[in-house]
Amino acid sequence: MKERKDDYLVRREHLKKLSDSELRAYFLELSEKIVDPLLELSYKNTTKSIERSVLLRMGFSSIDAKAIVDILNENNLLKKGAGHSVYILSKNKSLSLEKAGKLIQNGDEIEYLLEYFKSHE
Amino acid sequence: MNKLKPNEKLDVHKILEGLENYHPKRRGWVWRDVAPQIIGEFTYQQASPSLKNFVPLPSARNIGNIDPQPDAVITTEIASGRFEDDIRRMRMAAYHGADHIMVIRTAGQSHFDGLLEGTPQGIGGIPVTRKQLRAQRRALDIIEEEVGRPINYHSYVSGVAGPEIAVLFTEEGVSGAHQDPQYNILYRNINAIRSIVDAAESKMIMAYAEMAQIDGAHNANATARDAWKVMPELLVQHIINSKFSEKIGIKKGNICLSTVPPAASPTPDLKLNLPYAVALREFLSDYKMRAQMNTKYMDSSTREATVTHVLNLLVSRLTSADIQSTITPDEGRNVPWHIYNIEALDTAKQAMIGMDDLLSMVNLNNDGYLHDKKREIQERSVLMMEEIIEMGGYFKAVEAGMFVDSGEYPERNSDGISRDINGGVGANTVIERDDDYLAPVTAHYGYNNVGQYNENYKDNPSKLIDGCTFEKPEMIKFIDELDDTDNVYLRMEKTEKYRTGKILKPEVEWLGDGTVVVDLFFPTSSRIAEAAAIETGKKMNLINIEVIYKEILHPSEGTRIQIKGTFDFDIEVDKLVLPEIIKSYSEDEVIDFIKKNPIRVVAGTAGNDEHSVGIREVLDIKHGGVEKYGIKYEYLGTSVPIEKFVDAAIETNSSVIMMSTIISHDDTHYKNMKKLHNYAVEKGVRDKLILIAGGTQVTPEIARKSNMDQGFGRGTKGIHITSFIIDKMREMKNQ
Repeated sequence: MKERKDDYLVRREHLKKLSDSELRAYFLELSEKIVDPLLELSYKNTTKSIERSVLLRMGFSSIDAKAIVDILNENNLLKKGAGHSVYILSKNKSLSLEKAGKLIQNGDEIEYLLEYFKSHE
Repeated sequence: MNKLKPNEKLDVHKILEGLENYHPKRRGWVWRDVAPQIIGEFTYQQASPSLKNFVPLPSARNIGNIDPQPDAVITTEIASGRFEDDIRRMRMAAYHGADHIMVIRTAGQSHFDGLLEGTPQGIGGIPVTRKQLRAQRRALDIIEEEVGRPINYHSYVSGVAGPEIAVLFTEEGVSGAHQDPQYNILYRNINAIRSIVDAAESKMIMAYAEMAQIDGAHNANATARDAWKVMPELLVQHIINSKFSEKIGIKKGNICLSTVPPAASPTPDLKLNLPYAVALREFLSDYKMRAQMNTKYMDSSTREATVTHVLNLLVSRLTSADIQSTITPDEGRNVPWHIYNIEALDTAKQAMIGMDDLLSMVNLNNDGYLHDKKREIQERSVLMMEEIIEMGGYFKAVEAGMFVDSGEYPERNSDGISRDINGGVGANTVIERDDDYLAPVTAHYGYNNVGQYNENYKDNPSKLIDGCTFEKPEMIKFIDELDDTDNVYLRMEKTEKYRTGKILKPEVEWLGDGTVVVDLFFPTSSRIAEAAAIETGKKMNLINIEVIYKEILHPSEGTRIQIKGTFDFDIEVDKLVLPEIIKSYSEDEVIDFIKKNPIRVVAGTAGNDEHSVGIREVLDIKHGGVEKYGIKYEYLGTSVPIEKFVDAAIETNSSVIMMSTIISHDDTHYKNMKKLHNYAVEKGVRDKLILIAGGTQVTPEIARKSNMDQGFGRGTKGIHITSFIIDKMREMKNQ
């Protein structure tokens, strides 16, 4: 930011009249205005780390979770959820989650997944 | 391995055995049971129950060995690079009152895209991995039983793998974590958008696991040029992370602000720090305070650091602290050593107990300087938030370099940290979720279209897969080691001989490291003294000698130098000559003997010695002194001339003289002993008298060499002295 002299006394004019508790209430109100857009952003988006964390919770090792997320990301499938791909493959082909994850990791079922999600859009 | 006994060492091999099947016994953060405690004749208001096993403060020796525990959870940070050695330090720390053990991560882990596995050695911290966490949590599960109080285990949910680490921590029973995306953004240059999106998921997971969350705002005062000028910004950073966390679902009682008194003496410490502490606690009163100590102005003087930290503790007691963290006083010179973790813990315990209930006796002024300054800090922080919103929100403010500017807001010096919204590690890696996005797991934040598969599972997505690792820990995949050239087994093999109990080596952090410190004074200038110190170390057969501290006492009259070096020799335990164990009879036996054989004693402190605490301890009935067993004593007072001991013994027909002699300067204590003996000989009564000398610097061997019948040092009780007197009287009768 550009250099600026301390103009606190000028800027504070509108705060002067507030009581201590009013000032606190205003502080908290402003904080909501700052964080609400951050919550909204997080609500709508995901990342590789989030998707790996989903796979860990589904019982994959960190090594497998990384490999699955990498290949799904290369194929633009993370927007569906990495756990989603594993879930749908396991469900539709009656495989264990682990087996489904292995097949994705090896690239064997990427075509199937691309097809499946396309047909369900 | 289930139970530990105080006199047995913790076997790290056993901790590592069968680790693949171990699951922690609980999740979540535990606060102390805060309630007034009555211990002996004292009542403590800001307190919690004493421990089952502990090491009390040194001076407790004279106060019935009590170990009152303050109300706040007390933190120590342990991470030497070898987690297996840290486990031993954790046990020592727990005995000194730590119930929050924080593990620092190895350099560079926050930029690692994924989880690390195995047990490689770390630098400035340890690689945090599943195996390392599980081993340490397992050890703490046992140690907490031993001390009788839950121990919180803590590390960091940050970097580009935050959500995965949060999952790992939940699965492995980690109780608390640092989580603050602002830390990633400002100090680790991880992309701002990525950091925020990851943080939301991490916080959701931490909320589920009921972990305590500590923020990262304190880094602003460690980074800013003049730490006290960032006070308005600190309030802003605290509320951004706290409000964000609260809205995601972490309960307020688990949201902790990491707050450090920004300034340190020789600034007028309290005048700067106290208004800030009040401003913060007033504005963010919904949350908990994790009071951290100042590191910004730490130099290599451990004494100076300790004083700064005690002033920080005063601020804690004048305001509040739910968690009181400690900084080891050696942090300004090296990665913390065992002894300094313990010193820091004792400093916190001693100061907090010493300042118990302070605010029932003193009030903070609600007007004048304290109020005005507090209000000014608060207003400045409000103004800063107004401008952040005006600029277009958080990301715009980060780009503009609003944060960590050295000017006190609204002053700006154009030296803030600025981060490009499209820059940094992990830039442009955030992906928008599609309408059919799904994550079939527990504690997932944000949009999740579970309803497309089962409307009933909307609140419980993991039901789609019949439960995830959070409900079914048996699903967790344990990886043992990935690197067969760098792991705990190889390290332990190299140091195995020191684990047998037969071979010892001095140690500061790692088993067998051999590091020693030598504290020296040279009557010369600092430059010459430094060279002389290194030469001294060489002649002491030390290797890897380094100067770790230098203090000028006078530019030409003298310099204090501390060197460290490696003492590369093994000490064989079997060949050691151990100090004798002082014999003691049972109380009943002793009382019975003295009933039949009345004994009179004259006692006092010798020469010019005014230290009377020790002698009163071994005399008075109240402290379990010799009086308790029926011995009658004549207390001659302090600074008793040597001749008077013998004259008084003759006069009162006493058979024992107990002379306390604390001052050891110029061997005064031993000279006093010889003088006492000679005077008794001169008076012709030596063979009728039992001469006993005691004091902190007295050893039995040297006392006897100085013609005493016996000497007693540190830790002596009345029963020891009485038992000796009985033996000696029997021996004299037989002669």
